[in-house]
Amino acid sequence: MTASMSGGVPDSADTFPRLLLGHARARGARPAIREKDLGIWQSWTWAEAAREVRGMACGLAELGFKRGDRLAIIGDNRPRLYWAMCAAQMLGGIPVPMYQDAVAQEMIFVLQDAGIHIAIVEDQEQVDKLLEVKDQCPGLQHIIYDEPRGLRHYTQPFLHGLDEVLAAGKIHDQNHEDFLDEQIAQGRPEDVAIMLYTSGTTGKPKGVCQTHAALIAAAQGGCGFDKLDADEEILSYLPMAWVGDNLFSYAQALYAGFTVNCPESGDTVMTDLREIGPTYYFAPPRVFENLLTQVMIRMEDAGTIKRGLFHYFMAVAKRCGADILDGKPVNGKDRVLYALGNLLVYAPLRNVLGMSRIRVAYTAGAAIGPDLFRFYRSIGINLKQLYGQTETCAYVCLQPDHQIKFDSVGLPAPGVEIKIADNGEILVKGPMLLKEYYQRPDATAESINAEGYFMTGDAGFLDADGHLKIIDRAKDVGKLNGGAMFAPNYIENKLKFFSYIKEAVAFGNGRDEVCAFLNIDMGAVGNWAERRGIAYAGYTDLAGKPEVYQLIEECVSQVNAELAKDAMVADTQIHRFLILHKELDPDDDELTRTRKVRRGFIGEKYAVLIDALYGGKASQFIETEVKFEDGRKGKVAADLEIRNVRTFPTVQGRAA
Amino acid sequence: MARQIGEVILDLKGISLSFGGVKALTDISFDVREHEVRAIIGPNGAGKSSMLNVINGVYHPQQGEIIFRGHHLRDMNTHAAAAAGIARTFQNIALFKGMSVLDNLMTGRNLKMKTNFLQQALWWGPARREELANRLKVEEVIDFLEIEHIRKTPVGRLPYGLQKRVELGRALAAEPAILLLDEPMAGMNVEEKQDMCRFILDVNDQFGTTIVLIEHDMGVVMDISDRVVVLDYGKKIGDGTPDEVRQNPEVIEAYLGTQH
Repeated sequence: MTASMSGGVPDSADTFPRLLLGHARARGARPAIREKDLGIWQSWTWAEAAREVRGMACGLAELGFKRGDRLAIIGDNRPRLYWAMCAAQMLGGIPVPMYQDAVAQEMIFVLQDAGIHIAIVEDQEQVDKLLEVKDQCPGLQHIIYDEPRGLRHYTQPFLHGLDEVLAAGKIHDQNHEDFLDEQIAQGRPEDVAIMLYTSGTTGKPKGVCQTHAALIAAAQGGCGFDKLDADEEILSYLPMAWVGDNLFSYAQALYAGFTVNCPESGDTVMTDLREIGPTYYFAPPRVFENLLTQVMIRMEDAGTIKRGLFHYFMAVAKRCGADILDGKPVNGKDRVLYALGNLLVYAPLRNVLGMSRIRVAYTAGAAIGPDLFRFYRSIGINLKQLYGQTETCAYVCLQPDHQIKFDSVGLPAPGVEIKIADNGEILVKGPMLLKEYYQRPDATAESINAEGYFMTGDAGFLDADGHLKIIDRAKDVGKLNGGAMFAPNYIENKLKFFSYIKEAVAFGNGRDEVCAFLNIDMGAVGNWAERRGIAYAGYTDLAGKPEVYQLIEECVSQVNAELAKDAMVADTQIHRFLILHKELDPDDDELTRTRKVRRGFIGEKYAVLIDALYGGKASQFIETEVKFEDGRKGKVAADLEIRNVRTFPTVQGRAA
Repeated sequence: MARQIGEVILDLKGISLSFGGVKALTDISFDVREHEVRAIIGPNGAGKSSMLNVINGVYHPQQGEIIFRGHHLRDMNTHAAAAAGIARTFQNIALFKGMSVLDNLMTGRNLKMKTNFLQQALWWGPARREELANRLKVEEVIDFLEIEHIRKTPVGRLPYGLQKRVELGRALAAEPAILLLDEPMAGMNVEEKQDMCRFILDVNDQFGTTIVLIEHDMGVVMDISDRVVVLDYGKKIGDGTPDEVRQNPEVIEAYLGTQH
């Protein structure tokens, strides 16, 4: 039975360190992880990886890391940082990956809350951040860095190079092999394997404690569902602090024994993707969106013949591509045309995108636009959606092959039970649920009900085929004064499906009508402006151009036309909008690190703009402080125009 | 700072350079110590670029003496300067626009290649080993300057700030003892300038490279230089640490003007 074996590693491998050692025995010579360094892909086999992890674990032990301790891990996806997670787990400790792009001040909370004594970080940038806040985190005793560049003159005694820690650890492991074996033997599946902090859309982040058993259950379910085996290749480029990366690049990789590839740097992901040609791929919708925007921009600049071919065959793909992928009946002429298109357009396009070998691609984290979703499926990429939270190991619903509905997130995953509460909230139960929020019994009690269901906070419903559809965050769903249901996310997503609109924030709860803030997409609108010979100096300037307002107004009125078609939301058409003078940014606390809009904060920060929108003004002056990456502050000011948008009568008559 | 400033490596004595009747440089003397960051500043037309051109042998001064590592020279010539480990970047970028970043950097290794044309054409034996070794060095420079993502991009398609960085990269690929930078930050925005400053200081710190740079941005110069020489109308009007130069009344006059 395949379920009892994970890629040749026996069932007794019920913790991640045991899985690692199991793979080192079963497929020691196969590549476990790769990283591109100095232009060349370097690989480590499972046997080598196991040796490194053992060395690192012993090195950590020598620094005083003990069972139950938390280890902060901060940096880009690098082999040694993944190994550090496993090394901590070998000692019965708990790795706490943190977002590497957070500014120093944001790190204080997690460092204090998790009671971090030892942190492993990537490079000088992260060391500097920790040094900046070290006084406020008295518990922090040791900082270990992976990349020594620029750190030669740092003389602090609590700074250690990972090379030295590793070397000392390896010697220790050779001399006292049984020390670590004993530590690994003490590990139990119900031990906490990792702590991931929630993004904190509201309030302070909470540390979600996930056990080995929960993650392995989610990994096993996912691997079985999509038949993932040891031959998969995955490119790991999403933040390690995010549950999705932990599931795909760590839990599933260690369960199934497939190869993880780390990109050379954050900027080279596209090139690395092409070189590796992953078979299994994960990206949030915005990545797929950026890729499509880039393709479209390049096609607009291409020659007439190429452009003609592209548009002709994309129309063919739109007509029948998704059906062919789903194995549905398609007429003979379209099949022939699609085969021709595959030769001329789709296959080269997949190749450019680095998706030639993809068997399964997932997206999650936010709603994906139907056009965007269909585009990828129509050119033959098996893109699917999944649904889950940090608290559920990102494992609740998965779209099965051949049963794709673009507006649902699929069927409950194997082992997961779903119930819809009376208020529409989605409740889930299964082996992948969190053990607790770290030192927050109050929050734990609030989120898990008496029957053991986790309350997701999302509102949704199961359709006739048992597929789950998500409407919005349950707490975000409000009411207009007229009584109509107001689901801001739903409206914002419709707006964001236009490539010209990057971010949107809709207001309407407790108001008479809906108004919105918008951010334009610099890439798409910039290119659009260039082709029209509109000169601009930067984001603020471009956003204020009347031509751009006209363009965006057309997008908004199209959204209104769509909203008007559905009686449920017809009353929530957008009456007025403005384009913000700056891009919403996690550094200014306007978005979470996972790029979700922090509605309440934005509402307070830009209260004057909201008043202007509802006060019927034609324009409003605003000056805003912005934070730069290095912590300096500056100001952006502009006179923002406020536009009225055409609204449409409801298409279906409401029962009066 | 662990970096030790060493002995005088380059000493210029009484340099005068004129083009016909135009005196570009008049009796200028200053020295450069090993491992230091030495800046040359001055208003437009002060003779800063001419000075760099004298150092690496593009211009030949009519008077004066150059003492480089103890060797007394009448003037430099470009080949000898390059072979002696003096590399430079230019005020207006001088890269091969149609070639990739990688290939541009490889040209910086030209002097280190010992195999002959035929061996290289056949890419056989020593030529192959040599190319691999040189490629490794270039990759280290790419890593150092964080330009992995544009490795294969033709230079002409890059924004200005990145082209400047590539030019620095090509100079670094030659593993120079002295690096001459002609306005490395001209035309850059604040963020690009900060990056460039960091790279210059890192180069100086990690490889101990002696750096002579011309720069207009006074803030930058004062921040990163160990010593500054100030030129005005081809004459030296100041020389010393940034603080000394800042207090020098003649320098203040040249830069800010005086009330008459």
